[in-house]
Amino acid sequence: MSEYLLLIIGTALVNNVVLVKFLGLCPFMGVSGKLDTALGMGMATTFVLTLAAAASWAIEELILAPLGISFLRILSFILVIAAVVQFTEMLVKKTSPVLYQLLGIFLPLITTNCAVLGVALLNVQEGNGFVDSLLYGMGSALGFSLVMVIFAGLRERLEYAEVPETFAGTPVAFIVAGLLSMAFMGFAGLPSH
Amino acid sequence: MLAAIVALALLGLGLGYLLGVAAIHLRVEEPEIVQEIEALLPGTNCGQCGFPGCPAGAKALAEGSAPVTLCPPGGKPLAEALAAKLGVELDLAAMGDDSPKVAQVIEEQCIGCTRCFKVCPTDAIVGAPKQLHNVISDACTGCNKCTDICPTMGIKLCRPKATLANWQWPKPAITPAQALNDIKSVDDDDRQEAV
Repeated sequence: MSEYLLLIIGTALVNNVVLVKFLGLCPFMGVSGKLDTALGMGMATTFVLTLAAAASWAIEELILAPLGISFLRILSFILVIAAVVQFTEMLVKKTSPVLYQLLGIFLPLITTNCAVLGVALLNVQEGNGFVDSLLYGMGSALGFSLVMVIFAGLRERLEYAEVPETFAGTPVAFIVAGLLSMAFMGFAGLPSH
Repeated sequence: MLAAIVALALLGLGLGYLLGVAAIHLRVEEPEIVQEIEALLPGTNCGQCGFPGCPAGAKALAEGSAPVTLCPPGGKPLAEALAAKLGVELDLAAMGDDSPKVAQVIEEQCIGCTRCFKVCPTDAIVGAPKQLHNVISDACTGCNKCTDICPTMGIKLCRPKATLANWQWPKPAITPAQALNDIKSVDDDDRQEAV
């Protein structure tokens, strides 16, 4: 049990998908302007990433590895992720219109989120089993959501700060992202999984 | 080689089939009126109505929370069609003179930077790098995206050729006497303000 906890903490904080592995930077910069949209994006990504990690494990173990066609990994993972995202969108639309209103615009964006593909590929690289893959995906997604919320909060504060004109807007956001990344390096001292 | 092709093809077909089945079983029944309204709208999701895309606008129209005059690219013909569909009375006078417009390239100012056709939601602009661009009027919905992005202000919205759907009565011309009166009264106002 404790190793699973360590795995989640390790992926969420120590090897944070955004700030340490630099995956999923596009939504990190693009959707972090407001706290509630960042939260919506984080929730949608958490859902899809966990599901995609499990689905791509199944594809790798059941189809690609037995047939010896692992060179098709990226292609088939993209296919599976796109299908999972589409299915998720339909399911959410049917079951929970409120959640659909909240996540609606972000769900299709996640199809091309490199964090989702990256985590699926890292799972294969590290030879994780099914449960490990699932937790690896969930931990990464939680880390992603955490960083999104922190960064959105920071940017909302930045709106009211007196930033020098040269740095106002995106430049200062990049600087803050860099500082945040350096702050997350502090977690490297924690026992990594 | 064969295994790869067959496996990937089957994977794609299988997922596509599953999605198709899911689309039938998980279909959310949109009210018929929303679909019909959406079919009337231009469908380019330009956002000028203030809603995130045409489906959202159609929904608002069906609920009655948006006026039938909401769509600038659709203009008066669309407002009329929507009013007929929804059975509401329409005051076209309040809509101003915004008849539907289409983009047109000002040839002297086009530098062939290709920016306009990258933003065009309907692929209505043709051209190539460093070549003169042109607009296919039939495909243009007048969403105004290209005029904003043009670095040389070399693209503008013009009124398309009159057809039965978009022809309107011309405005009554001002007679010279009236025009003189207008100028005079404006002058008087100015003078009063100066005093």
